[in-house]
Amino acid sequence: MFDLVLLGDVLAGTARLGTPIAFAALGGVIAERGGLYNIGLEGQILAGALGAAAGSFATGSALIGLGCGVICGLISGLFLGYMSIRLRINQLVGGIALNLLLAGLTAFLSRQIFGAQAGGARVEGFTQIHVPLLSDIPVLGPSLFSQDPLFYLLIGMAILAWYWLMKTPKGLDLRAVGENPKAADLAGVPVFRMQYLAIAVSGALAALAGGHLVLSQVYVFAEGMSAGKGFIALAAIILGRWSPLGAVCAALFFGFCDAVQFKLQFTSPEVPYQLFLILPYLASLIALVLLATKASAPAGVGRPYDREHR
Amino acid sequence: MNSLTMQRRVAIALLLALTVGGFLILIDGHNPFAAYKVLFFESFLDYWGFSNTLVKASPMLLAGLAVIIPMRAGVFNIGGEGQIYIGGLFGAIFALALPDLPGVLGVPLIFLSAAIGGAFWAAIPAYLKAYRGTNEVIVTLLMNFIAIHIVSYAVAGPLLAEGAPYPYSDEVSEAYRLPILMPRSDAHAGIVIGLAMAIILYFWLRFMPSGFQLDLVGRNARAAAYAGVDEKKTIIRAMLIGGSLAGMAGAIEVIGLKYRLFHLFSDGYGYDGIVVAFLAALNPIVAPLTALFLAGLSAGAGTMQRAVGVDSSVIEVVEGLVVVFVAAALVAPRNVSKSFLKTLLSQGLNSRSEHSEKKEA
Repeated sequence: MFDLVLLGDVLAGTARLGTPIAFAALGGVIAERGGLYNIGLEGQILAGALGAAAGSFATGSALIGLGCGVICGLISGLFLGYMSIRLRINQLVGGIALNLLLAGLTAFLSRQIFGAQAGGARVEGFTQIHVPLLSDIPVLGPSLFSQDPLFYLLIGMAILAWYWLMKTPKGLDLRAVGENPKAADLAGVPVFRMQYLAIAVSGALAALAGGHLVLSQVYVFAEGMSAGKGFIALAAIILGRWSPLGAVCAALFFGFCDAVQFKLQFTSPEVPYQLFLILPYLASLIALVLLATKASAPAGVGRPYDREHR
Repeated sequence: MNSLTMQRRVAIALLLALTVGGFLILIDGHNPFAAYKVLFFESFLDYWGFSNTLVKASPMLLAGLAVIIPMRAGVFNIGGEGQIYIGGLFGAIFALALPDLPGVLGVPLIFLSAAIGGAFWAAIPAYLKAYRGTNEVIVTLLMNFIAIHIVSYAVAGPLLAEGAPYPYSDEVSEAYRLPILMPRSDAHAGIVIGLAMAIILYFWLRFMPSGFQLDLVGRNARAAAYAGVDEKKTIIRAMLIGGSLAGMAGAIEVIGLKYRLFHLFSDGYGYDGIVVAFLAALNPIVAPLTALFLAGLSAGAGTMQRAVGVDSSVIEVVEGLVVVFVAAALVAPRNVSKSFLKTLLSQGLNSRSEHSEKKEA
């Protein structure tokens, strides 16, 4: 019986810890399928978190806060897009620069908005939604059907992203741009417009991760609160093999490992909890080496498209 | 693009970044000129401030070189941070296992052991890149996290000092500690090691055939292959050198500054190294200057906050803007011939795998 309680705890923790990683990973998949690395996920999570906190702080509405966060994410995505698509700066350098910039800027702006008070200002957040009947199922119920609204939003977004990318003509266009921009261009696909769209959506999804951190987890904005989740998301993209649903599953696996190591630190201090921290990275690495064939990563990712270039 | 216009572009980019930062300082309600004056005076002209700058510049310089050397061969080493951690771990294990050697023998051996640790950590992505075509950026990034957690395990478990309130190892013996350059400060001899490496690597790249091969592979892998240069070996050599440099940065932190192995002992120096390398336009002899500049910014940020009241996060914004503007300036199309750096900056990532695919086909 105790073990079931423990399992329920870990599953609930998995959903809570995995959701932000999953949003960011979903964003990363959209960008990479369009041929752009989004190394700036980490910074965009922070932008989304600050936007969400500021919006909710100003209006007292978590929903408006989430909207503000998404707008911040869109803008930061478009800025990265400008660097990658228009200026053709190396996408890794651009992403690293964006992360540095947004880490500083969000810290600066948060002190302008909330003042220097320790702990920051508490903002209005989301409350959990208990799905009637289903949430009463033992073990699974509380973890799957008593989550905050953003967890359900994540599931919806993941299915939507999968459908759009795999089943609609526009999604096919985007994948064509990611695989071979020249061919897509010749076939009449507006390459740059598709890429801007992808990177903006990518930034918005990463911002939802930040929104989850602020509005569903801690209800304050804290400097550097993304704490590497944007980089973990990059690993989840690989483990999920560049598929929206795969990346979300991979991100939830990362969340599961994190939840297990938290539990272990309390229940069994003799087991090195770091093992569970290393496990997801190791799994991604092995997946990258063993599973990744040339077909899984978009062929054109990371290479700026130049119409004049033969 | 000749090097003069390139340096001018970098200078303009720096000025632009500082100007935008100045506006933020103004928004914060302070005089930007006064703030910048304090920042640069405290980090470069004040005795204690400059010693702080040097302490930060030493690992940044080595981490920067750890990015420059692989990048010259067209390989993106994002793994400096992990290589620093494994280097520090190997160095600390050696120092704690054999505590009684004389310093003249022990210190070089600690550096050797740290370099081997860093090189080992870099060898994995290097092998995967050269022989399996796996993207080195992602592999090095993943391995950073693994390295940090390995060190976290080591200092909380096998290496944990007796009665330590939080995870750190025993102290290394006094004979192994790097000499202090500026009396009564923390400024240790690490910067000298970094400078020596920068000079050696500059001459190696410039005058030695094995160094020149790096550039050949980085510029045009197919031409290099026609010239009989083994592309795979060159990539691996470049990454091993990069990894050992980052590993040495780890040793410097352990035996130069903290005298123990700590959990999270490197404060993102591996990532700072990427910025150092790009500001130096991948030239090892310029890297000491850019490392000093970056170290000065981050060392002075705290002082600026205390003295003028300007929020130190402004400096982080400036650092991000410096990278954006410098990268933009270097790839800006006006008056630019198809230079090496431009090619690398804009396409470096996938050009290699493209070539190897062509060869296989």
